[in-house]
Amino acid sequence: MIETNIDIVKKGLGKRYRAEKRFRIYGVCAIAASLIFLAFLFISIGTNGYTAFQQTFIRLSIYFDPEILGDTTHRESLASANFPAIVKQSLLKMFPEVQSRGEKKQLTSLISSGASYYIRDMFVEDPNLIGNTVQVWIPADDDVDMLIKGHTERGVEEAERRLNNKQLGWIEKLERDGNIEKRFNTIFFTAGDSREPELAGIWGAASGSFFTMIVTLLLSFPIGVAAAIYLEEFAKKNRWTDIIEVNINNLAAVPSIVFGLLGLAVFLNFFGMPRSAPLVGGLVMTLMTLPVIIIASRAALKSVPPSIREAALGVGASQMQMVFHHVLPLALPGMLTGAIIGMARALGETAPLLMIGMVAFIVDVPSGFTDPATALPVQIFLWADSPERGFLEKTSAAIMVLLTFLIAMNALAVILRKKFEKRW
Amino acid sequence: MDTNMNPTILLLTILFLSVMGFIMGKRRSYAVANDAGGISELHSRPTYYGSLTALWCAIPALIIFSFWLLFESRIITDLVISSLPDQLQNLPADRLNLIVNDIKNIVNGNIVSTDSNPSMVAAAEHYKKLNSLSHVSLTVIVIVVAIVAMLVIQRTINPKLRARNHVEKMIKYILIACSTIAIFTTIGIVLSVLYESIRFFKVIPLTDFLTGLEWSPQMAIRADQVGSSGSFGVVPVFMGTILISAIAMCVAVPIGLMSAIYLSEYANRTFRSIAKPLLEILAGIPTVVYGFFAALTVAPMIRDTGAFFWLDVSSESALAAGLVMGIMIIPFVSSLSDDVINAVPQSLRDGAYALGATKSETIRQVVVPAALPGIVGSVLLAVSRAIGETMIVVMAAGMSANLTVNPLKTVTTVTVQIVALLVGDQEFDSPKTLAAFALGLMLFIVTLILNVIALVVVRKYREQYE
Repeated sequence: MIETNIDIVKKGLGKRYRAEKRFRIYGVCAIAASLIFLAFLFISIGTNGYTAFQQTFIRLSIYFDPEILGDTTHRESLASANFPAIVKQSLLKMFPEVQSRGEKKQLTSLISSGASYYIRDMFVEDPNLIGNTVQVWIPADDDVDMLIKGHTERGVEEAERRLNNKQLGWIEKLERDGNIEKRFNTIFFTAGDSREPELAGIWGAASGSFFTMIVTLLLSFPIGVAAAIYLEEFAKKNRWTDIIEVNINNLAAVPSIVFGLLGLAVFLNFFGMPRSAPLVGGLVMTLMTLPVIIIASRAALKSVPPSIREAALGVGASQMQMVFHHVLPLALPGMLTGAIIGMARALGETAPLLMIGMVAFIVDVPSGFTDPATALPVQIFLWADSPERGFLEKTSAAIMVLLTFLIAMNALAVILRKKFEKRW
Repeated sequence: MDTNMNPTILLLTILFLSVMGFIMGKRRSYAVANDAGGISELHSRPTYYGSLTALWCAIPALIIFSFWLLFESRIITDLVISSLPDQLQNLPADRLNLIVNDIKNIVNGNIVSTDSNPSMVAAAEHYKKLNSLSHVSLTVIVIVVAIVAMLVIQRTINPKLRARNHVEKMIKYILIACSTIAIFTTIGIVLSVLYESIRFFKVIPLTDFLTGLEWSPQMAIRADQVGSSGSFGVVPVFMGTILISAIAMCVAVPIGLMSAIYLSEYANRTFRSIAKPLLEILAGIPTVVYGFFAALTVAPMIRDTGAFFWLDVSSESALAAGLVMGIMIIPFVSSLSDDVINAVPQSLRDGAYALGATKSETIRQVVVPAALPGIVGSVLLAVSRAIGETMIVVMAAGMSANLTVNPLKTVTTVTVQIVALLVGDQEFDSPKTLAAFALGLMLFIVTLILNVIALVVVRKYREQYE
C-alpha cells in the first residue's frame, strides 16, 4: 500500500495533539505558579502578623506612694520622681516570696520597661491619684508576650528559653489569677518606633509616609499634568521635544536607588537640606513619580477624540481655552488614575529613602515636613533587621497595614477608571 | 522648631495674596469697563484680568521663595564657617564638616558629640541669628514683591490690555518649564553621580576598579590598622549581580512568557479578567515585602531543602534572592509580552491555521517568532529592573563579595554595596563613600543602555505591523 500525504499527517496527529495539550498545561502551570506564590506570600505574612494586633497586658494594683514619689507639686520634680519604684513595689506585693536582688530583677523584667512612663502619664493627667491604689493594665515584656501568644515554647530546656523556670512559675500564677490577658494592641497604631517590641508602633512611620506623600502629590501631580499637556497639545515635533520624550521614558526605567543617590548628592550635600526629612523624601519621590504621571496623563489626553478639540476651536476658543475648558476635564479621570498608581508605587518605595537618611532610629512622631522621620516601608526594613522575636510579628503586621493602603489606593484607581471611562 | 513652620505659612500667605490679586484684578476690570461703556468694551473676559494679576503676584514671589530656601542653608553655613576662628577654619575638610554638624546640633538644641567650646557656641549663636535674619528678610522681600506686582498690574489694567493673550503666554511658559524638569532630573543624576565618581577615580584608577578581583571597601582609618586593605575591585560585585539577575530571569522569562501566551491565546474572557489583575498585584507589592519574605521564608526553606540533600547552602544564598526577584519580575515580562503578542496581526494566525497547524504550533512557529523583537525588548527591560532592584537583595543577599557562580553561596550586588556604603555613618570624601557613587554610575550606565536598546527594539517592532 502506498503511503499518501494524509496518512503521514494522520500518523503524526496523536503526537501533535499531545504536544498541544502539554503546551496548554505549561501555560496553566505558569499562571498557577505565580498565583500560588502570591497566595503563599499573603498567607505567610498573615499568619506571622495577625498576632501583633493583640498585646499581652499584666494587671497591677499601683499604689501611688507619696513617700516614694516625694514632691509631686511641680512639673520639674515629676520628671525625676521615682515611678519605676512604684511599679516595682506593686509587683513585689503580688509576689511576696521574692526576696533576693537577682529574683527581684527577674520579676520586674516581666513587665515592659516602658511601664513607669505609662504610670507617670497617668499621674500627670490626674495628680489626685497620690495616696490611692489603682488597678492598671500594663504592657508585658515582649518575652512574656511571645510566650503567651505561643510563639515561644514552654516545654523546651530552660537554658534555651528567654524566660527561666521561676519566671514561668510567676507567669502561670498571673494566669491563674486572671491578671494577665491579651487585649487589642493600641500601642501598635499610636506609638513611634522603640527598641522594645512591646512599645513599638507604626504611627511615627505612617506620619512620615504621610508627609512624604503630601509633598510628592502636591509637586508631582501639577507638574506632571502640565508637562503632559505641553508635550501632547502644544509641543511641535522637533528635536527638543524628542529629547524630552526619550528622557521621560528612560527616567521611568532608572533604578530607584539612583534617584536616592541624586537626592543625597544634590538635595543633601549641595543644597544642605536636612537629613531624614519628609520634605527631601518627597522631592526625591516627586522626581521618581513624575515620569509615571506624565506617561499616564499623556495617554489620557490622547484618548480624548480630536473632534472635541476641533469643535472647541470651531466656536472660537483659543488653543489654551480648548485644552483647559474641554480636553483637560475629559482627561482628568485618567490622569488621576495614573497619579494614584504612581503614588501607590512611591508609598511602597524604600531604597531612595535609605540614601537620604530616612533610616535613622526615630522615636518621636514627626509633626512637620522638616522633622526627622522615617517611612512605613523603611520601618518594615528596620524591624525586619531586628533580632528580637517580637519584631517579627510587628514587621508582618506593618506589611499588612502597608498592603492595605496600597490595595485601597489601587482599588480607588480601578473604581475611578470604571466610573469615568468613556468610550468615544 | 517655630522657624521651620515659617516657610509653610509664608507659602500660604503667597497663595492668599494671589487669590486677593485675582479678586482685585477682576473688580478693577469691571470698574474700567463701566467707565469705558460696558463689559463688552474689554478686550478679554474679566477672569483673565484677575488671573493676570494673580499670576504676576504669585510667580515672582514663588521663584524667589524657592531659590532662597534652596540656597539659604548653604550660604549661611559658608558665612558661619568664614566667621570661625582661624585655627578651626584651617582644619581638613572632613573635620570641618564635623564641626559644622556640631554647630547645627547646638542650634537645634541636641547633644553634641564633642565638648562644645566657646567659639562653637558663639558660632551657633551666629548661625541662629543669620537664620532668623534670613527668614525675616525672605518674608519681607516675598510679600513686598507680591504686593508691588499686584499693584503694578492693577494700574495697567485698561480695556485695551490684552489680558487673555498675556495669561495664555504665561501659562504656556509654565507648561514648558514643567516639561523640562525631566531633562533637569537626568542632568542632575548624571552630574551628581559623575562628579563624585570622578573624585573616586582620582584615588582609585578606573582600570583597577573595573578589573580588580577583590572588593573590601573598609578603608584603614589609622595607618597601622590591620585587615582594612580597602580594595575596590568591582568584578565580584558585578558577578554577584549577574548571578542573581540570571537566576531571576530563569524564573521570570519562562513563567512570564507562558502566562502571557496562555492569557492572550487560550484563556477565555472571564479567566483573563480574573488572572490578569491578580498577576498585576505581584507588580504592585513593595519590594521591601518581597525582601522580608525572601529572608524570612524562602531562604530558610531553601537551606533546609539543601540540608536534606546534604548540600551546604548559605542562609543568604543567591538562589533565594534570585528566586523571589524572579517572581517579582514575572508581571513585567508577562504584561509587556502580552501587548506584543496581541499586536501580531490575526491574519498570520489564520494563515497558519489554514495550513493545518495546531494552536500551539501556530504560537511556537508563527506568533512568537513574529513577536520576538518585542519579547526581547521586554526581557531586556526586565533585566534592567533586576539589576537595579535593591530591597530584595539588601535583605536576602549577603554583604561579602565572593567571586563565584554557585547559586547556593552568598554573593553581593551593586545595589547592596551602594546601600551598605551610604547608610549609617558616612565620612565625606573618603573613597568608601565615593565608591558608592562610582557603583551608582555603573548601574545607571548599564540600565540606561539596556533601556535604550529595549525601547528602540520595541518601537521598531511596533512600526512593523502598523
